[in-house]
Amino acid sequence: MQWETVIGLEVHLQLATRSKIFSGSATDFGAEPNTQASAVDLAMPGMLPVLNEQAVRYAVMFGLGIDAHIGMRSVFDRKNYFYPDLPKGYQISQFSDPIVGAGQFEIQLEDGSSKQIGITRAHLEEDAGKSLHEDFHGMSGIDLNRAGTPLLEIVSEPDIRSAAEAVAYLKTLHSLVTYLGISDGNMAEGSMRCDINISLRPMGSEKLGTRAEIKNVNSFRFVERAIRHEFERQADILESGGRIVQETRLYDADRDETRPMRSKEVANDYRYFPEPDLLPVVIDEQYVAEIRKSLPELPADKRQRFIEQHQLSAYDAGVLVDSPALADYYEQVVAACGDAKIAANWVQVELRGQLNKNELAIEASPVSANSLGQLITRILDNSISGKIAKQVFEAMWQGEDSADEIIEARGLKQVSDSGALEAMVDQVIADNAAQVTQFLEADDGKRKKLVGFFVGQVMKVSKGQANPQMVNKLLAEKLK
Amino acid sequence: MHTQTVAQLIQGLRDKRFSSVELTRHFCARITELNPVYNAFITVNEAAALTAAAAADERLAKGDAAALTGIPLAHKDIFCTQGLRTSCGSKMLDNFVPPYSATVIERFQGAGTVNLGKTNLDEFAMGSSNENSYYGPVKNPWDTKTVPGGSSGGSAAAVAAMMAPAATGTDTGGSIRQPAAFCGITGLKPTYGRVSRLGMVAYASSLDQGGPMAHTAEDCAILLNAMAGHDPLDSTSANVATEDYTAGLEKPLNGLRIGLPRQFFGDGLDAATGECINAALQELERQGATLVDITLPHSELTIPAYYIIAPAEASTNLSRFDGVRYGHRCESPQDLHDLYTRTREEGFGDEVKRRILVGTYALSAGYYDAYYKKAQQARRLIHGDFMTAFEQVDVIVGPTTPGPAFALGAKTDDPVAMYLEDVYTLAVNLAGLPGMSVPAGLVHGKPVGMQLIGPHFAESRLLNVAHRFQQATDWHTQTPQTGGDA
Repeated sequence: MQWETVIGLEVHLQLATRSKIFSGSATDFGAEPNTQASAVDLAMPGMLPVLNEQAVRYAVMFGLGIDAHIGMRSVFDRKNYFYPDLPKGYQISQFSDPIVGAGQFEIQLEDGSSKQIGITRAHLEEDAGKSLHEDFHGMSGIDLNRAGTPLLEIVSEPDIRSAAEAVAYLKTLHSLVTYLGISDGNMAEGSMRCDINISLRPMGSEKLGTRAEIKNVNSFRFVERAIRHEFERQADILESGGRIVQETRLYDADRDETRPMRSKEVANDYRYFPEPDLLPVVIDEQYVAEIRKSLPELPADKRQRFIEQHQLSAYDAGVLVDSPALADYYEQVVAACGDAKIAANWVQVELRGQLNKNELAIEASPVSANSLGQLITRILDNSISGKIAKQVFEAMWQGEDSADEIIEARGLKQVSDSGALEAMVDQVIADNAAQVTQFLEADDGKRKKLVGFFVGQVMKVSKGQANPQMVNKLLAEKLK
Repeated sequence: MHTQTVAQLIQGLRDKRFSSVELTRHFCARITELNPVYNAFITVNEAAALTAAAAADERLAKGDAAALTGIPLAHKDIFCTQGLRTSCGSKMLDNFVPPYSATVIERFQGAGTVNLGKTNLDEFAMGSSNENSYYGPVKNPWDTKTVPGGSSGGSAAAVAAMMAPAATGTDTGGSIRQPAAFCGITGLKPTYGRVSRLGMVAYASSLDQGGPMAHTAEDCAILLNAMAGHDPLDSTSANVATEDYTAGLEKPLNGLRIGLPRQFFGDGLDAATGECINAALQELERQGATLVDITLPHSELTIPAYYIIAPAEASTNLSRFDGVRYGHRCESPQDLHDLYTRTREEGFGDEVKRRILVGTYALSAGYYDAYYKKAQQARRLIHGDFMTAFEQVDVIVGPTTPGPAFALGAKTDDPVAMYLEDVYTLAVNLAGLPGMSVPAGLVHGKPVGMQLIGPHFAESRLLNVAHRFQQATDWHTQTPQTGGDA
């Protein structure tokens, strides 16, 4: 049987506020345990939550970024369950009246096509603390630094059909929230965590199958693997005539498998009710309009602009707008050199290659956008060839001076002096009589291939500095 | 000194007739003598109180005293006090010493008061008789065989027995007004949001409100001046300007329209108590007020609505008491489940457990719509009744309780009978209105209270009516035979 995978994702996005959603404690990652936990975070008796306005603002920014309905009156609810890292015994969340309603955005797939994914809702809530089960000799440690960190839970429609689409969705989401500046999107630090709802149905069927929920998957790679694994598991069950049990499962990255969570780990009645310690959040049109005005250019718009303005392919534009810093860098290179296409090539191939190899973010690039632009200018004005440019770039990456200084200091300037080039061409023709004969006897098709040999020889003689266009022209004249 | 009102004590301190240290020593001596009889205090704060009194005397001497500098007060043991145990009348918090103070406590400190100690209460403010305390019941100073009312029974008894000139209380369904009525003192539950709830341990968040308990309306006004005001750290605190609540006390009552809800004078009301209220109404009429019969048609929804909403909120407010971070923890828990169940089994008393169970049930999937949601609808109807009534009248008056204080143990086996004690007070909390209880007579030697209810933020109007009434009557000056001669 051919199975169709139906996937909906719930992403818990950590918002980049400086303080927690209901207290003044800092939200920095990696602090000593319990040093960022106030009386409110510890749920000391009599303590009360006060909503962080910045979290509301970020949620509205997200809502506007996906063209969603904004909840002008949203309500916080208590979600009740007992766990030691949940100090109040309830999580403050939003249940029936979320701050962001239905919206959608377009994801870019690897093959260059795109797809609309519906967003059901996004709501604000607080994160729990962490339970640490190792190192305490049969006891558990509780770190409440994370308790109260603001989260935006983004719930998608079951519009996703494959692991690749799920990853594309997450990457698009990651890009959007990074552009908006509402989250650092650091998955390794848990800033973006994902629950996967997945079911199978016979290809062509409209009816949804029974789903399993895979909790707390925290990297693109694990999402992909968890979905692939879960697909196999469910397909095996269905094909052997079994039925899928609706349940919550855990992805174990070490064993690369999903397994059911113990029933104790899953509360089934959260007894939601409106949080009486907080008033409903009421915002007005003016507040929304002011936020709308302050939004940066979003990745989808920027991609479209790159395609139109810089004549880039959808794929290239997609790669370059991936992060706002990369897009800005690219546009600076364009401004410095004036050639959008060559700039795109250099940024994508040479620069990103080096960045990836050295695991550096674009912000940490040792070659500035202006320097790279200057280097490209030297290719464009025929001072150096593309090949030499790569050498220069390598030197720049190692921290040497500007392109011009490197070219000057190493004498890499391209030889475009026709007299000097003619001498080199003559020498190569004289030294390779056999190849010349072969060339002259060949037909036009073969000649095209053979001419490369002579070009290569001239480049060798010139130590790579000969102007290739001129060499080609001279060879064409001499080899008649 | 102990027979004087707060207003008189303030004057006495200014006139140097006595010092704050003398005053504090005097009340501490009365506490030492009388507390074994009434059990009004859980924790006495004598040493720190005397230090604070000495500091107050210095300020008084220097002439930079604030309004209440040097006045000793008692605080219900549900207001967190930094460095001083705050038990909430529960074994769960028997060992809990908060590292912070409630906003109300900080405001009183800022106003210069001296903290005598923490008063007894029904566990987590759940009760109407003060019999639900881990520290034992409080006795009514008018008759030690009867209850003082609850949940602020310790504060009411402390003021009635003159162990403190005034005290703070909290009122979720009548917990200031009912004990004030039973103990013959004056108590004010302000509008919801008028007084900060920060640091006041929550029972039912949407209903809880702190307020003053004292001998007179004037004293309540003086204390409210210190307590009231917006607190940015309590999101439900009202950002509404405060006023000098003593400023309008003397206003004549000419033209005041008093509403008498039919439902407050019906079958459940003790006849002698009803007569006291009628006599009080005649006095108000004599002063120029007009009496208007009104109706609060959804009154019968009050008790069911309250006993769903309050337990629902309480059931989750009390989830934090899990033995993990503070308070009681059971001995050598075997696992997490054991830690939770034994800690809470041991730490909470029966009434608290009852309300947690009721509230948990009311919020459960499948029951939420039938109970919690319905109760919220009823709450809106009750609120609407009052809003309609206040289109015709300025203040609503009735009895605070169906009768005077009942005997200790009389209702402990019948929770519903106990809940009915609050039949006249609960609706005020559901509607978020200010309410007062004012001494209005004695029935078989036991005090009864007249309840005044006003529109939101009309505390001044209630205090004005109460004050004018007290200018013409002496019920509030009557005191029980405490035997104290210190």
